[in-house]
Amino acid sequence: MTIVTVLGFVLLGIGLWGMLTRKNLIKIVIGFSIMDTGVHLIIVSVGYLWGRTAPIIDKAVPQAQAASRVIDPIPSALVLTAIVIGLAVTALMLSYAVQMHKTRGSLSIDDFRLPARKQGEA
Amino acid sequence: MIKRLLILVAIALFGLMILPLVTQLTPFTQLTPLATRYVEGGSSELGAANLVTAVVVTYRGLDTLGEVTVLFAATAGVGFLLRRRAGKEEEAAAHANSANDETAAGSSMPSPFSEILSTGSVVLFPLVLMFGAYIFVHGHLTPGGGFQGGVVIASGFAMLLAANAGRKLNHGVLLVVESLSGAFYVAMGLLGLVLAAGFLDTTFLPLGTLGQVFSAGAIPIIYSLVGLKVGSELTNILESLRK
Repeated sequence: MTIVTVLGFVLLGIGLWGMLTRKNLIKIVIGFSIMDTGVHLIIVSVGYLWGRTAPIIDKAVPQAQAASRVIDPIPSALVLTAIVIGLAVTALMLSYAVQMHKTRGSLSIDDFRLPARKQGEA
Repeated sequence: MIKRLLILVAIALFGLMILPLVTQLTPFTQLTPLATRYVEGGSSELGAANLVTAVVVTYRGLDTLGEVTVLFAATAGVGFLLRRRAGKEEEAAAHANSANDETAAGSSMPSPFSEILSTGSVVLFPLVLMFGAYIFVHGHLTPGGGFQGGVVIASGFAMLLAANAGRKLNHGVLLVVESLSGAFYVAMGLLGLVLAAGFLDTTFLPLGTLGQVFSAGAIPIIYSLVGLKVGSELTNILESLRK
């Protein structure tokens, strides 16, 4: 259990708390991004091995001894793609927020109700 | 108050869910068998010095293709959500402008930007593009690759748009680059299916010597295509979000 793993779990909690308690759509998206970062930190720290180096073959890491000198490349590859996906999903959510602000003129989730419920209230 | 309690309960349940992961996580002291296989095979079978690239492009190539597809879907979603509305507004603005006289239209234009800013961004822009291309062409040798290089290229476009918000990007070129790189990515995968062991097998081109730019079979080609695709898609997102 390294400090990076602990930090990842802390960020996961902060992100979830932000997503559940904030009313502003933009802040909910920020909460999602924080949670995303926490997950990345946890995955990277799981693949890290103490005292080893980056999985790149060069003079410092000869091909024959690679298996005993480098960290696990699979979590790094997973996080590499997860970061780009997180970016794209964040952009998609932000454009939803922009669109909702255009239609209702508000970013607060309190101002968004399902139409059926609104009719029932009226 | 009840809502706050419910939120606390939800977070506590989530904590309970990941508790086994926290308590039973023992740090690895050596590579798992799968990772050992990838580390040993990545350089000898595929000729890639960067083993993360070997995993991303070849061993888990299908995942990367799926990931690029998700990125495409997200870009299409952003474009769909923002473009139609923007088109309507542009029409409305055009109607308003045609109704008003020319001086009113001129005053609604954004104020000119600082000369230092716009000149500096134009000077820096090709350098940023070149750096992005360098990163994805050397993806199999150095810490970098298609995704990182693509993001650097998109950041160059972001700088250009931040320095001069009125600048028009050529949508046609972006679309052509994006579609062609995606199509060629799949075509390279199919070539692997025909000429080598399977879909997205990169060993149908000569492996070359480890550590050279022209080595590792088709990995540099595929990663360059991924870089172009990611760069043009993120630039598309930027362009859509700007309006």
